[in-house]
Amino acid sequence: MAMASNTASQPGSSPAGSLPGESWGEWLDRHSRTFFIAPAVTLILVFAIFPTFYSIVFALSRVKFSSNGLVFRNVWFSNFQAQFSGNEQAHFLGRLTGMGLFGYAFSAVLIGAVGWWFFRSLSKTSAIGLVGRLISAAAALGLGLLFAATLLSGNQWGTLLNTLFYVFAGCAIQFVIGTGLAFLCSQPIWGKSFFRVIFFIPLMITPLGVGYAFKMILDITKGPFKPFWEFIGLRDWAWSTDAWAARWFVILGDSWQWIPFIFIVMLAALENVSKDQVEAAEVDGASSVQIFRDITWPQIVPVAATVILIRMIEAFKIVDLPNIMTAGGPGIATESMTLHSVFLWRANNMGDSAAVAYLLLIVTVVVCSSFFNYVVLSQMRKAHS
Amino acid sequence: MSLRKFALAALMSGAAVCGLSVSASAGQYDGMTISILTRPGPVIAGMVAQRGKEFEAATGAKINVIEVPFAEIFPKLQNDWSTGTNSIDVGVFAAGWGVEFAASGLIENLDPYIAKDTKIDTADLAPYFRDFGMKIGGHTMLIQLDGDFQMVYYRKDIFDKMKLQPPKTWDDYLADAKAINGQDLNGDGKPDYGSCIFKKRNAQSYFAIQTVAAAYVQTQGTSQGFHFDGKTMKPVINNEAWKKAFEVYKETGKYGPPEELNMDIGDTRALFKAGRCGLLIEWGDPPVLALEKDATAVKNQLFAVAALGTNQVLDRATGKLVPVTKESAPFAVDGINYAPFAAFGGWAGAINAKIDAKKKQAAYDFLSYMNQAAQSNVDVTIGWDGFNPYRLSQLKDTVLWEKAGFTKEAAQSYIGAINSALNNPNMASDFKVPGAQQYSGVVLDTELARYLAGEITVDEALKNIEAGWEKVTEDFGRDKQIAAQALALGAPK
Repeated sequence: MAMASNTASQPGSSPAGSLPGESWGEWLDRHSRTFFIAPAVTLILVFAIFPTFYSIVFALSRVKFSSNGLVFRNVWFSNFQAQFSGNEQAHFLGRLTGMGLFGYAFSAVLIGAVGWWFFRSLSKTSAIGLVGRLISAAAALGLGLLFAATLLSGNQWGTLLNTLFYVFAGCAIQFVIGTGLAFLCSQPIWGKSFFRVIFFIPLMITPLGVGYAFKMILDITKGPFKPFWEFIGLRDWAWSTDAWAARWFVILGDSWQWIPFIFIVMLAALENVSKDQVEAAEVDGASSVQIFRDITWPQIVPVAATVILIRMIEAFKIVDLPNIMTAGGPGIATESMTLHSVFLWRANNMGDSAAVAYLLLIVTVVVCSSFFNYVVLSQMRKAHS
Repeated sequence: MSLRKFALAALMSGAAVCGLSVSASAGQYDGMTISILTRPGPVIAGMVAQRGKEFEAATGAKINVIEVPFAEIFPKLQNDWSTGTNSIDVGVFAAGWGVEFAASGLIENLDPYIAKDTKIDTADLAPYFRDFGMKIGGHTMLIQLDGDFQMVYYRKDIFDKMKLQPPKTWDDYLADAKAINGQDLNGDGKPDYGSCIFKKRNAQSYFAIQTVAAAYVQTQGTSQGFHFDGKTMKPVINNEAWKKAFEVYKETGKYGPPEELNMDIGDTRALFKAGRCGLLIEWGDPPVLALEKDATAVKNQLFAVAALGTNQVLDRATGKLVPVTKESAPFAVDGINYAPFAAFGGWAGAINAKIDAKKKQAAYDFLSYMNQAAQSNVDVTIGWDGFNPYRLSQLKDTVLWEKAGFTKEAAQSYIGAINSALNNPNMASDFKVPGAQQYSGVVLDTELARYLAGEITVDEALKNIEAGWEKVTEDFGRDKQIAAQALALGAPK
């Protein structure tokens, strides 16, 4: 090629970053992968990253609607500050009227535990790892102290801890039951194919539909369990007017929907457990508990940690069930952060709505990446070793 | 809907189309589509669509009804109209929300259209709706399709049986509800409820609390308002009057269904139609809904009281409750101050200011068509469509209502209550300032729900509402809000 020979003889005109003596053609060849994926990356940047950054503008502004479009007034971080102090503090964080005895005891244990964990990790982590651990430790302390100052001190908590309650209590229940069902269905029992299909169905239903279904099923004055409620003497008791009962019933609906997800993933993991090792253990006379503990469980732990992580990320975004079943009530007892943000958005309070959404993003990222780094990765390393 | 009413509606519709009571002429709007956004049917949207078909047959303009959940109507319209999307031509929403749209220049001034319209007959519109509901700053910006205020209903048969007098004050309401609660009200042998009120969060609870509070707080006529001091926009909420209203409202729960805190209007309607409620706070629908075949237990038994009053009212200087006197409550009757609450303000239609002139005219013609007596006087007698009376011809005698299935006595109670509310110089207006949704649907609603759930005390709730309202006022600009409040309430008496 004339051009190639020409450029090869004039090294000064080669593109930046090219190797000595490399022609345009060769350079293009070497970077072809970058150029091929560039349109896709650009599209993702425009359609996924741009809205995320644009919403920062909302979070830092008070927004008004006018006939000429949106009018932004910059207020820096006051939308965020509003969630932590003043009128909205009780809504987001909870009532903070002083720490009780349990609160102090829990705080002391928590500070000790986090301090010890952090001190231990000083010696075995890199500088970047240390920054990560510092963030995780700060988040754990912050959330733990908030827990101590609200629930453990007899105060009501806000949408932040409500969301975490849905995440931790919900995921724990769903993981235990989902894994249990998967274990049963991985055994050679009669009709297991039928159960596999049945257990999987709830996952395919829209959360909105699950919300309405549970609202109707659990209605104590008109629902199908009315005779049951009356029989056990709860004719005048309404779960929807009791804060803790309402929260647990929301988790009930959420679990019904998401246990199948844990079930299907854990079933796949269980089916992949090496049959040879299990059979060898049986021949050696190991009990079924021993087999599960020493052979099956270590092999499925990396999958289990991953499935919990995915479920947690999803659980942080819970909105349909509390919205439909209780509209966030009684009071604000079942309101998640997403619902908090939705309610603000509905009243066109874009600034506060975006601020709450960003706070949710921050909490989700810190909690989930901490879980990924300290639990998922370590389990995967163990499995590989 | 009964067969008889359906036939009546069909007949009237047919007559309307044949007689072309539409201001436009046949084929004038061929090929045009008008998109109307409102709440999900059959309530409101159902009848808009049905009348839309007639309008299309008469003029050629297709009416496309877009239904969204109630809570999303306002933000959807505001987004669509202020971001230049303009996919919606007409919004049908609470008359009170019009102020915020008008302040942003998003809706069309309808004065010139009305001036040319020979069919709308504005003299027949009840003065409150014509002068307060449809007008903003002296200009007609909305066309009323429905008349709304909240009233109290009681079960006539039960009150007669128990020899109770209809309530006059909120104390009477509590006493009657207490007496009735636990009795069998529908003959199924099981105990029923003294009072049914939609108290679910993010539903209609924040309207009902205002119905209770209005009589305690507003004493000097409609223009006084009962949320703010008109001169400073300082909230008039952290005082003994609102506190009393909150306490009365919470106490009604003792005589209500156990799940009341999670009940919205659909739930309470199912209950009273099944004959399970002795007293209720509602809009104008219950007696009409009671004509439906799933409500035989209460047919012609739900009698209306325009508003309940109080013998103690707020002294704004001190924030304390004082006895009703000529000075403290000049409009009081027999020592009781009444303030019927125009909750929601009625469903009304507004036209997007950014669409082209011909489409605006077509949209106006459709709204006018729905508003005209020939259509409206049928629509308000049908339970399922959600429209309540707002024209004088609908309220002048009982003929229309007896035709719809009312007994004379029930019809007299119904239109008597509505007329008494409409003629009350102390009628209380809903929020009609920018941020109305934030003041009521978010701040008031959330704190009320927290108080009802026992999360906070009444004092904390009122303090929080005060701070929350101040924040919204600051956000929109205090001076602008003062001006908007003056425009909303300073209209003709």
